Amino acid sequence: MSDPRHYFTFADNGEPLQLDCGRSFGPVTLAYETWGRLNPDKSNVILILHAFSGDSHVASHDDADLQANGPGWWEAMVGPGKGIDTDRYFVLCSNILGSCSGSTGPSSINPETGKAYGLDFPVVTIGDMVKAQKALVDSLGISRLYGVIGGSVGGMQVLQWCISYPEMVRAAIPLATTMRHSALCIAFNEVARQAIMTDPKWRKGKYTEDDPPELGLAVARMIGHITYLSDEAMHRKFGRRLQERDDLSFRFESDFQVESYLNYQGTKFVHRFDANSLLYITKASDYFDLNKDGAPAINQLAGTMTKFLVISFTSDWLYPTYQSRELVQALKRNGCDVSFCEIHADCGHDAFLLPDERLISLISGFLNGAASDE
Amino acid sequence: MSEKNGIKVMRFDLQVISSWIEPGSRVLDLGCGRGDLLYALQKEKQVQGVGLESDEEKAAFCISRGLSVLNENFNEDVLSYPHHHFDYCVLSQTLQQVYEPDKLILRLLEIGTKIIVSFPNFSHWRVRLQLLCTGVAPKNDHLPYEWYNTPNIRVITIKDFKRFIRTINATVVKEVALNSQKNERFGRVIHLLPDWRATYGIFLLEEGER
Repeated sequence: MSDPRHYFTFADNGEPLQLDCGRSFGPVTLAYETWGRLNPDKSNVILILHAFSGDSHVASHDDADLQANGPGWWEAMVGPGKGIDTDRYFVLCSNILGSCSGSTGPSSINPETGKAYGLDFPVVTIGDMVKAQKALVDSLGISRLYGVIGGSVGGMQVLQWCISYPEMVRAAIPLATTMRHSALCIAFNEVARQAIMTDPKWRKGKYTEDDPPELGLAVARMIGHITYLSDEAMHRKFGRRLQERDDLSFRFESDFQVESYLNYQGTKFVHRFDANSLLYITKASDYFDLNKDGAPAINQLAGTMTKFLVISFTSDWLYPTYQSRELVQALKRNGCDVSFCEIHADCGHDAFLLPDERLISLISGFLNGAASDE
Repeated sequence: MSEKNGIKVMRFDLQVISSWIEPGSRVLDLGCGRGDLLYALQKEKQVQGVGLESDEEKAAFCISRGLSVLNENFNEDVLSYPHHHFDYCVLSQTLQQVYEPDKLILRLLEIGTKIIVSFPNFSHWRVRLQLLCTGVAPKNDHLPYEWYNTPNIRVITIKDFKRFIRTINATVVKEVALNSQKNERFGRVIHLLPDWRATYGIFLLEEGER
């Protein structure tokens, strides 16, 4: 099976993308995938926004694609007859600006130099990512999004979409997310970035494709993984069980299963992700703040017709429920139509990606309901 | 309640409450359960409804049937709406489970122009007789719990409630005493000796004294 992705390139003919940092940038390519059929009046579009290390492959397209490219990151949610039903909706997902799964990011070739951008790539924001997605949506002739859905950094993009283009979004589902990164989130991200930047192979971002800062990136991923899990989930999954041994080694090897798991996740990540992309995307999420003192951007939602469904998970300590409650309060204060559900789950932040009947019925029912009062 | 049917097959007290609500109004339903009242009001009276429900499963059910519901307890934050933001606040068969019912009613009079409260009447003759004759906490179809596991932590009678309303800045606009079992769809209005004969009381209140 060939590449299921489509590519859209823009900002290349003297009309660069104006970024929040003040720079103009182009050309920009976004890799995207679609599922289902666009109906004649283009009113059945669901835009899915992926999390920090995600890509456009939300679900497999058919059996051959499943064989070739594996299941998507939300395979249980998206497909024919599933929670986000592709028999009914036209689903669109693009890889975010700054990432490395087909869209323009720091590992892309700078046409001016013929080399990868590295740190010459501009520091992009969640707002910039959404602006780029808007250009893609426009290029497809779509003027209304029936649903905008995403978790984590994807949830930030959901909120940003509603603020940047309020007239376009009918139903919004921000999952396991926040209006702004807490000091805790920024702290973990900084440790992840330092792990990369202190790896000698990072070379101030000028490493080559065949010699990346593997160790730093692997450590960064290990830190990330810890924040995606929970105390309960780690206890259940690993406890203090030893890895392929009966006794402690009294050496600095991986004694425990949890160590071996993290090492495995770290090493695996190195093969599919770019270290500089991690720096850029974590920075974008750290900069995200819809509740700035003085002029909170969230207040721009006053009077919006968008319906919101906010979902949090009990064991998510990266974006704990209280942050979703703050979001709900802010939406309420602005007179928005908002529903909120806290789902009991012991898997931590990762819970939004895992198959869960309650999550599926909430999302499908909410999308249904948003249709009936149109 | 079946989704195809509306007001007619709801719990009897909800049918009465629904009949008191003007079409097109804004309604807050506290402890909305599986959303039967809000669903019927939305379908048949084009009401803009918001529900509060602390049980995750019930709140999720409401949201999946298209209602706007918050999976929350009634605390200060959750009830922070502007003055008279809602035309009606509904507290149906929930008051007896609230820790600070007096504060809650005062808060609801702030955020709702009218509030509708229904609760089981603990002075029904069977309840009185059970306590008098057996000496143990009354148990029946609409109070099916033991003293140690009942969610009904407040013992309220119709008379108690009226006395309470006289002590606050509120007026009873409408009241009705009913006889029906907890989940019954049919019931009747009690005119004679409601303190003794009604299983439920429903009150429509407004801020201010008459």
